[in-house]
Amino acid sequence: MTETLTNPVLTLLRLIPGVETLSDGMQVLLSGFLAGVILFAFIAVFALYAVYLERKVAGHVQDRLGPMEVGWHGLLQTIADAIKLLNKEDFAPKDVDTKLFTLAPFLVFMTALSVFVVFPYDSQVSIANLNIGIFYVIAISSIAVPAVIMAGWSSNNKWSLFGAMRSAAQIVSYEIPVGLSIICVIMVVGHMGMQEIVEFQGGGFWKWVIFRSFPFNFIAFFIFFLGSLAEVNRTPFDLPEAESELVAGFMTEYSGMRWAFFFLAEYGNMLAVGLVGAALFLGGWQPPFEFLSFVPGWLWFILKALVLIFVQIWLRWTLPRLRVDQLMYVCWKVLVPFAFVCIIGVGLWEVLT
Amino acid sequence: MGRYFRDIYISVFTVLKGMYVTMLHFFSKSVTVQYPKERLEIPKGSRNQLLNIIEDCIGCDQCVRACPVNCIYMETIKSFEGDELGETSTGRKKSLWIPSFTIDMAKCCFCGLCTYPCPTECLIMTDVYEYSKHDRNDLIFEFADLDPIKAAELREKDAIRKKEKEAAKLAKLKAKEAAAKAKAEKEAAEEGKTPEKKPEDNPDKKTDNSGEENS
Ligand code: SF4
Ligand code: SF4
Repeated sequence: MTETLTNPVLTLLRLIPGVETLSDGMQVLLSGFLAGVILFAFIAVFALYAVYLERKVAGHVQDRLGPMEVGWHGLLQTIADAIKLLNKEDFAPKDVDTKLFTLAPFLVFMTALSVFVVFPYDSQVSIANLNIGIFYVIAISSIAVPAVIMAGWSSNNKWSLFGAMRSAAQIVSYEIPVGLSIICVIMVVGHMGMQEIVEFQGGGFWKWVIFRSFPFNFIAFFIFFLGSLAEVNRTPFDLPEAESELVAGFMTEYSGMRWAFFFLAEYGNMLAVGLVGAALFLGGWQPPFEFLSFVPGWLWFILKALVLIFVQIWLRWTLPRLRVDQLMYVCWKVLVPFAFVCIIGVGLWEVLT
Repeated sequence: MGRYFRDIYISVFTVLKGMYVTMLHFFSKSVTVQYPKERLEIPKGSRNQLLNIIEDCIGCDQCVRACPVNCIYMETIKSFEGDELGETSTGRKKSLWIPSFTIDMAKCCFCGLCTYPCPTECLIMTDVYEYSKHDRNDLIFEFADLDPIKAAELREKDAIRKKEKEAAKLAKLKAKEAAAKAKAEKEAAEEGKTPEKKPEDNPDKKTDNSGEENS
C-alpha cells in the first residue's frame, strides 16, 4: 500500500465530530457503514441513469424516442419507476423457502457492492487498495453464483430453477476466460493491485495495456469484454433471464424492493465490469494524452467505463440471444483456447523484450 | 480447423456489421409520434365511431337490417295525419317519427355495412376513435332527438291507432269469414247439384280435401 493513499471514506469519517473518542472497533464499523452508504448511493444513481440510457438507446435503435414524458426528455422517468417499486407490496409466494428467498437478493447485491471498494477512482484514491485487488474482484464476484442458485431454488418455480441453473453454469464457465485474460494483464504489469496496474499505464494511450504486446492483449481485452458480458448476464448472453422463454429466470417470483435489489445488483455489476475493463485495459484514471491531464482522473475513469457500458447496451439491442449449447461452445471452444494463446504470446513477448 | 476460424471470422464480422446497422439507426428520425400531443392523420375512409345525423334520417330501417351483429336499435312510429315532419337536407319527405335510434358501439365490429345502404347518407363514420368508457353501457349512443314527453304521447297515440286497426282488421276478418262461410255453403249446395264432374279431374285431391275438412 502506498503511503499517500487517500481514502474517501476515512476522510469523511474524520469530518464527523467526536469520532476520535470512539473505540477502534466502533470506528471500523462506522467506516464500513459509511462506505456501504456511499457505494450504495453511487450504484443507485448510476443504475437509475443506466436504465435511462438503456431505454433511450433501445428507443433510438428501434427508431423510437424512448421515455419522453417525465421530466425533460424523460430524465426523471427512472426515478418515478424506482418510487413505484418502493411502494410495491413485499410479496412472497406461499411455498417458497422463506429464509433463502429473503436472503438471496441481499447476497447478490452485496457481492455487487463489495467489489467496488478496490477500484482506483483517482490517482491515490481508493477505499481499500489491496495488493491482490483484481484477485479480490474475481473471488468476490463468484459469491453471486450460490446466491443466484439460492434465489432460483427457494422460489420453488421451474422457470426460476432453470434460470438459476443456466446462470450458475454460465458464470462458472465464463469466469475462466475472464480470469485467463486478466492473467495476460497481470503478466504485463507484474502486480495485482489495482492502483499499481493503473499507474503502470501512464503516459499516453499507447502505453495502455490494451496496446501492449500487440495483438495479444488486444485479443485479451475482447475476451475479457465478452466474458464479462456473460458474467453480468447481458445480451447476447442473457439466458438466465431470457424473458421470452423463462419469464424472468431466477427473478420470476420476486417483486417490489427485493426485485429492485436484483436489478440494482445487475446494473452494479455492469458498472463494475465496465470499471474493471477501464482500469485493467484502458488506463483507468490516466488521461489518453498528457496534455489532457487537467481533467480530473476520476472523470476519465468513469468516462472510460461509460464507453464500455454504452457498447454493452449497444450490443444488447443489436444481437439476439445465444442458444445454451452455443453459449458453451463460445466459452470453451473459442474464448478459452484464444485466452491460452494470448497468455503464451504475452509471456513470450515479455521474455523476449 | 479452417471451418473453425471461418466461423469465428464470420461471427465477428457479422456482429460488427450488425452494430454498424444499429448505429445508423441512432441518427435516423424516429418513426413514432408522441401520441396524445401529436396525432397522425386518419386515413380516408377509415372506420371509427358512428354518427347518425338524425335530422336527415328517414327511419327506413335499412341500416338496422344491414348490421351483421344487430347493434343498431331503432324505433319508428308512422306519422299521423296533420303531422309535419319536414324534409331531409336532400329534399326527401320524412314520414316516420324516430323516438329512439341507438347504436351499441361496444358490439359494433366496424364493418361499415350500415353506412352504405343509407339512402340519405346520414349514417356516417366519423374520425373519432378515442371514446373508451369505464362502463360498457356508456358505449350505447343515443342519436334520436325527440322530446321524451312527445315520444310517450306518440307511443300512446300509436297504441290507440294500432288497437283501432286491430279492431278494424278483426271486424274485416269476421266479415270475410262470414262471407267465406256463406260462399262455402253456397258451393256445397251447388256441388250437391253437380257432383259427377269434379271427382274425375282430380280424385285424390278431392278426397284429401274432404278429409281435412271433416277432421
Ligand atoms: S359498422 Fe357494422 S357492426 Fe357497426 S353498426 Fe354498422 S353494420 Fe353494425
Ligand atoms: S339507413 Fe339511414 S335513413 Fe335509414 S334508418 Fe338508417 S340512418 Fe336512417
